[in-house]
Amino acid sequence: MSLRLFIPSDSGALAVGAEQVAAAFVAAGNKRNLALEIVRTGSRGLYWLEPMVEVATPQGRVAYGPVEPGDVDGLLDAMTQQAPHRLALGPTEDIPWLKRQTRLTFARCGVTDPMSLDDYRAHGGLKGLARAASLGGKASIEEILQSGLRGRGGAGFPTGIKWRTVAEAPGAQKYIVCNADEGDSGTFADRMIMEGDPYLLIEGMAIAALAVGASKGFIYIRSEYPHAIATMERAIVAARAGGLLGKAIGGSQQSFDLEVRAGAGSYVCGEETSLLESLEGKRGVVRAKPPLPAHQGLFGKPTVVNNVLSFAAVPFVLAEGAKAYADFGMGRSRGTMPIQLAGNVRHGGLFEIAFGLTLGEIVDDIGGGTLTGRPVRAVQVGGPLGAYFPRALFDTPFDYEAFAARDGLVGHGGVVVFDDTVDMLKQARFAFEFCSIESCGKCTPCRIGSTRGVETIDLIRTTDDRASRIALIKDLCNTMKFGSLCALGGFVPYPVMSALNHFPEDFDVPQRQAAE
Amino acid sequence: MTSQLTGPDAWDEARASDIIAELQGLDGPLLPILHAIQQAFGCVPEAAEPLIAAALNITRAEVHGVVTFYHDFRREPAGRHVLKVCRAEACQSMGAEALVSHLERSLGLRCGETSADGQITVEAVYCLGLCAVAPSALLDGVVVGRLNERKLDTLMAEAKR
Repeated sequence: MSLRLFIPSDSGALAVGAEQVAAAFVAAGNKRNLALEIVRTGSRGLYWLEPMVEVATPQGRVAYGPVEPGDVDGLLDAMTQQAPHRLALGPTEDIPWLKRQTRLTFARCGVTDPMSLDDYRAHGGLKGLARAASLGGKASIEEILQSGLRGRGGAGFPTGIKWRTVAEAPGAQKYIVCNADEGDSGTFADRMIMEGDPYLLIEGMAIAALAVGASKGFIYIRSEYPHAIATMERAIVAARAGGLLGKAIGGSQQSFDLEVRAGAGSYVCGEETSLLESLEGKRGVVRAKPPLPAHQGLFGKPTVVNNVLSFAAVPFVLAEGAKAYADFGMGRSRGTMPIQLAGNVRHGGLFEIAFGLTLGEIVDDIGGGTLTGRPVRAVQVGGPLGAYFPRALFDTPFDYEAFAARDGLVGHGGVVVFDDTVDMLKQARFAFEFCSIESCGKCTPCRIGSTRGVETIDLIRTTDDRASRIALIKDLCNTMKFGSLCALGGFVPYPVMSALNHFPEDFDVPQRQAAE
Repeated sequence: MTSQLTGPDAWDEARASDIIAELQGLDGPLLPILHAIQQAFGCVPEAAEPLIAAALNITRAEVHGVVTFYHDFRREPAGRHVLKVCRAEACQSMGAEALVSHLERSLGLRCGETSADGQITVEAVYCLGLCAVAPSALLDGVVVGRLNERKLDTLMAEAKR
């Protein structure tokens, strides 16, 4: 008798004890003289069920979770005797939360062994690169254009146009840069891909290299992601050995190699020009645009800078064709978005689905409300620079334009849920404070405005003349929005103004104190 | 992952020069060099700056500017253990601020400081990507999620042993 088990080594699963669970299985297997094959996978993204353990059965994989080391003996009994168990979740693919999703980008994440190139191939990997090689650069870019794919880092700029610009830019040396500086709170999709399906990112970048004629690429990963850095580094070594990187990628004429670079704890380095500065070994100070990175990027050469999720969407588009991707979505937001449910939420995790679901469906229906069981009061979408949405705006569909029309942003797809204990004045203050900590210092509205914002909010708490302070905050937000060089200072008004507009009662301090 | 248990080595100019020589051929070598120096010595000592500047043919001011721009680079070695507590929004929504206050009280320090016995440094971090298992932290490079006061106290006690 032997069993084949799947246990995640994703850091979200490790953070809740996956390593201890794996060790307990090994020990219990030895004790019983039961042969266990343990495959370490990425996470399926159902974090409230992590550590989630799957076992291979003749009918497919069956899941159990959340597993603690003490559950292991009972689980092995249940698995070997096909008996019921209180942690049994049934066939993994039939778990409703998973079944409801449209996993194009995350199709393999949590399923395969992230380190096995054979596994990657066996599950549809490298088809995109092969097709790109047979189509050639120009036609590959046309596929990306037709798919409607927009930059998943947050700006939503059409990926195909960016690639075309780099392809048409003169110059022998061009670069592919992956922005894996996923600093937004509430987002972890990039991390999951890098830890759970690293060859997908490599394939996406290789297709970009082929399309624009670039021979060198960099993946800039934030230092807060030690597991992602380690996994990507190992995957690159294996990809070189397996011929995915190196000379004649995908059977084309193009050679391509990759390097991982670690960030150093700076949020603003997620802004593409400051990321390029950082890669060059400088302070992460934002560059004025133009010139665009597509014309003069890394070391002054034409450079494609895309987010992990943008590159990760590319292999599907090439393998299945632009139409297969563009058939999903709404309006100008085509394809799927890996939504990340985070914070005070019952069912937190990764939910990939076509654009168009309403915020209410995402928070109440998929997220299941708050983890604390208290009412949902505010939801911040799109990271620290995203707006706070009240329940009244829960009918907003997940779509770049629909969120913009309500003074918010989809950003990188992070959804952070807060219950009714949240103090929105404090959240507005934090938005300014975070900006003051992370500002690169180049432009005045961001560098000084953020500090003045913190001070002014503190005065709202302590002085009687709140009306004039609030007027000052609005004025300051206006200056930062239109006067900042990049999105850090320019977007801080989103959380601040949304807190002020949708939750004005939290800014009326004496009334609050009287109520308490 | 860096283990804090062995502790960083004392400053050694020859070793620093070796590290620089090994990495200076990279495209944009400064950040990799600074990371490697900090890995070896627990911080980026001021004495490293002129060495790096000379090797890369840039000014010492440029090196100093980069060292001080990034939150990761230290001027002094940290305590034996480093706890990075996430204070970003997703963890805030699950009570991260109360956890930080608890830590500060129980360890007798402020976030960003090292305990008097040199055992532990507590630092804020803005997101570890563990937002669905908040609140979270990184203890000597090991990820921990779903933290509460009890779990933190156990971790601290284990670290001190």
